Amino acid sequence: MGPILIVTESTASGITDSTKECVGKAKELAKVLGTSTVALGFGPGAADRLRRLDVNKVIAAEDGDFAVYNPAVCENALVQVVTETAPFLTMIPNTTMGLDLGAGLAGRNNIPLIAYCSDLQEQDGKITAVSQVFAGKLLARVPVPGDGAIVTVLPGSWSAGEEAGDPVVETLSGDYSSRMRVIRVIEPEKGDVDITKADILISVGRGIESPDNLPLADELAEAMGGVVSCSRPVVDAGWLPKARQVGKSGQTVKPKLYLACGISGAPEHLQGMRDADLIIAVNTDEEASIMEAAHFGTTVDMLDLMPVLAERLRGG
Amino acid sequence: MRVAVLLKAVPDLVEELVLDEESGSLQYDEMSYVPSEWDDQALEEALILKEESGAQVTAIAVSTGDVDTMLFTALAKGADHVVKITGDFDASMSNWQQARVLSDYVREQDFDMVLSGVQAIDDVDGQIPGLVAGFLNWPHASVVTEVRMGGNSKILLRQEYSGGLVAEIEVESPVVIGVQAARKPPRYASVAKVRQVAKSVAIEEVSAGAPAGPAFADIQFVRPVAAGRAEMIEGDVDAVADRIVQILADHNLLRRA
Repeated sequence: MGPILIVTESTASGITDSTKECVGKAKELAKVLGTSTVALGFGPGAADRLRRLDVNKVIAAEDGDFAVYNPAVCENALVQVVTETAPFLTMIPNTTMGLDLGAGLAGRNNIPLIAYCSDLQEQDGKITAVSQVFAGKLLARVPVPGDGAIVTVLPGSWSAGEEAGDPVVETLSGDYSSRMRVIRVIEPEKGDVDITKADILISVGRGIESPDNLPLADELAEAMGGVVSCSRPVVDAGWLPKARQVGKSGQTVKPKLYLACGISGAPEHLQGMRDADLIIAVNTDEEASIMEAAHFGTTVDMLDLMPVLAERLRGG
Repeated sequence: MRVAVLLKAVPDLVEELVLDEESGSLQYDEMSYVPSEWDDQALEEALILKEESGAQVTAIAVSTGDVDTMLFTALAKGADHVVKITGDFDASMSNWQQARVLSDYVREQDFDMVLSGVQAIDDVDGQIPGLVAGFLNWPHASVVTEVRMGGNSKILLRQEYSGGLVAEIEVESPVVIGVQAARKPPRYASVAKVRQVAKSVAIEEVSAGAPAGPAFADIQFVRPVAAGRAEMIEGDVDAVADRIVQILADHNLLRRA
């Protein structure tokens, strides 16, 4: 059986939690399956960062083409590594990188892919992947074929593997260039408020229906001493600025209270707010995924509730 | 610049997902379908590109069910041409198989750019744009929020990362792009306009064989166990508001006057 390959991801603050979660799970599975673990990392300093991981081997792609993350260049390198090491499982965090590399690798190397994986379960030497699909409304239990698979893993699926290891370190050299070139990476614009610093967030989703209803959220936020944040569709519609977005491609928040109004709770959104101390969800669909993450829920209409709640909090 | 936009229909989450709880199989014939919302974003970005730089836009769907309305709607919004790939297909067709069929067609047609939704709600076996790019061996970027023509026939993209970081990317065609969101909300085509288009323009039909490739045996769907399910607050708006105030008080979250 081939090794378990983890495609790692780092940010300015180091190796990401979702990478460490994959490392921890890979080690557990490798022990049961009698195989080894390999971590692949991209970018300057990858060897030094990755040599602390609890894996058997590290492959670092550091030079030239890897100065900044370039999806096509990294895919070229990954294709080569997978061709040479023939991993049983290739685990990639389901971030932009996972969406770039997972399916591309699957298509190029003809390896089946299991997307949005939230667990890998072993029984009698066989692995079943659990995937969150249909916006979290269903789980798919997918038997990993005997020849293995690629899995793109939702952040937060397992606890992070924090133990230090002593891996063999290899560096990758070769020509992985592509017709694709990264011109520059732009830091996020600073918004009028920093939602990551707020203790109370009143977060609105599609249920707000129209920008005309946003004053209701503003008034409630004012009455609660909180700040208005939102889910992706509200930003895409141009109703609130990007700096207010919670979720995978927005901000990760951990307020004392997250009041989710008209938010369905797609996995990408939950990724950004599930660690809030208290989550109250207002959604007319009792089956909405947000109810799985929330401590309290109600199915009354958010547009009716917001002004009444604001009035109560003002002492009315 | 010839742009292909790959569209697919997915189960409508507003309706119930119909599941045979015993076998764990989805009852595809008993569900209603809507265009995947991210594909709608991809179509919009392609139409913006057409308006800006005269790109020719072809919307393509695999006939996994009734995709005609989706294609006529694309025409009504401004696509130049629509193609339906027909064969022995149904709504249970995997993404892998659809991507195979789509990539075979794209390869034959000399497109410069392929846009599709970065993901869909039913992508168990991978996302269409990445798979298509892999089969074609073309460069690919996902989570893209802007596609423009640059100088020297190069294509400029904006790709988003977590935390709000954005990369500006330049690429020579051909390329496959997974669109997260268009620069503007998707335009609307009225039912009347879609009907009118359906009467005057034909969908090009292209037949394809059943694609080979790895398939997962025995995928079982289950409803998530309500492990940490919310405690539901019952009653009308007034009762719910009172209870929320009480919860906030219990958690010491009431604003001190």
